[in-house]
Amino acid sequence: MESKFDVASIRKHFPILEQKAYGHPLVYLDNAATTQKPRSVVKKIEEAYFSHNANVHRAVHLLSQQATEAHEAARVVVQQFINAAEPDEIVFTRGTTESINLVAFSFGEAFCREGDEILISSMEHHSNIVPWQLLCERKKMTLKVIPIDDNGCLLVDEYEKLLGPKVKLLAITHVSNVLGIENPIKQIIEKAHKQGVPVLVDGAQAVAHMPVDVRALDADFYTFSSHKVFGPTGVGVLYAKRSFLEQMPPYQGGGEMIDQVHFEKTTYNRIPFKFEAGTPDFIGTAALAEALRFIQEIGLDKIADYEKQLVNYALQELSKVEGFQLLGNIPERHAIIPFQLKGIHAYDVGLLLDKLGIAVRTGHHCAQPLMERLAVDSCVRASFAFYNTSSEVDRLQAALKKIYKMFN
Amino acid sequence: MSIDEVQDDIIQAFDEIEDWMDKYQLLIDMGNSLGPLDEQYKKPQYLIEGCQSRVWIHAEYKEGKVFFEAESDTVIVKGLVYLLLKVLSGRTPDEILKTDLYFIERIGLKEHLSPTRSNGFAAMLKQIRNYALAFKLS
Repeated sequence: MESKFDVASIRKHFPILEQKAYGHPLVYLDNAATTQKPRSVVKKIEEAYFSHNANVHRAVHLLSQQATEAHEAARVVVQQFINAAEPDEIVFTRGTTESINLVAFSFGEAFCREGDEILISSMEHHSNIVPWQLLCERKKMTLKVIPIDDNGCLLVDEYEKLLGPKVKLLAITHVSNVLGIENPIKQIIEKAHKQGVPVLVDGAQAVAHMPVDVRALDADFYTFSSHKVFGPTGVGVLYAKRSFLEQMPPYQGGGEMIDQVHFEKTTYNRIPFKFEAGTPDFIGTAALAEALRFIQEIGLDKIADYEKQLVNYALQELSKVEGFQLLGNIPERHAIIPFQLKGIHAYDVGLLLDKLGIAVRTGHHCAQPLMERLAVDSCVRASFAFYNTSSEVDRLQAALKKIYKMFN
Repeated sequence: MSIDEVQDDIIQAFDEIEDWMDKYQLLIDMGNSLGPLDEQYKKPQYLIEGCQSRVWIHAEYKEGKVFFEAESDTVIVKGLVYLLLKVLSGRTPDEILKTDLYFIERIGLKEHLSPTRSNGFAAMLKQIRNYALAFKLS
């Protein structure tokens, strides 16, 4: 594989990749679950704890001011990263899951009534299904599901039919966490907006792999997790248009989110603080900002190009393995290759790959309805990041050949 | 053979193999040699659901001894099941309850007993002991 992308020097930023697993150099192909962290991100965490650890937005003292500045600067970094109009439209959460739950609750309270509908797709992660089921139960609403074809692609005609007058919101993934399919989000949003339906986009599997511009997409809500984009765990992002944040009631109550508290009546802080009850993970947000800086320095266009080459190389090499069966036949995949080895349970494949030093994920990948639709119990998922290499693909190919032989 | 003699036999068989993949090859061969479970027992009441794989187990009590039949949808877990039944099937409830299953650790497969593996194996072992206890008290 030819590439100008200097993956060797990139890998030097990720100490964990130098490890061995069962005597083999580690091949980490579980990036859709979580990504590894560059030195600078971990250094940022240490630096923050050792030099300006103090609670944000409160005290008059120097440390608190520094911590607050770092936290608010991180908000600006995130804003620019997804090209939001203003930092106030960035709400920090604990992760994509909490971001979606926040919208399901607060949007639901403000805009939904008995008999209304929420629209999702068949390829959603459980985190973009269950919060809406809870909302539908709470408000006596109906959850409608856009079907997909046998390859896992969204059926656009069916989508348009489902966009009826009762639909209050569409929640859909940008990139499928099982198939790596990118949904045509821009067109999907355009169609929804024509019917006056706002759209939440689950960007958990997108932001580490392609440039995302929420204004170009005209997304009303966009969510992602720090840990899937080389940042620390426990931090998430919710982007929402100002008008929605202003109309929605708070999700949780506590410190930070208040303006004035009296037993008779409490008034709430302005956005985004209204949605950030309690002490935020201000160290985590600063480290997330560092992670975003790190990948922006490399360039998301370059990352996307490199990963595209890498995944195409992997598809070409893996298809030479006897028994290799790719899940879903689609022209392009974003950093994810879901597959089975004919006649061998995914668990067995994953376990033996592990013994050969290769980390993949097996199972239903928190998307049981999708797996049911594709009529598979479980599959192996190899998911890539820009620090993976073509020689790691070769290792995977050799390992799969070996495993297939062990069973046949 | 006593239970411990069977365990020692298994340990010896695995000790002779150096390479990890060869150990797993042996486990896979054992898994493949495990006969299919009678369809009547492949029902929810015999099922132990793991997050990653499933195990069905059925027990019968005859002349003071417990006889197990089991199957899994994954071959490696079937291999583990094969070993477990070799050691524990056809024993008295007391023997089953008292046995220290040291062979699993000695052949380097202890990780499969961890509940975090979620392959149903640890739950199966518990189920075997539950059966033994139930038969003992009946």
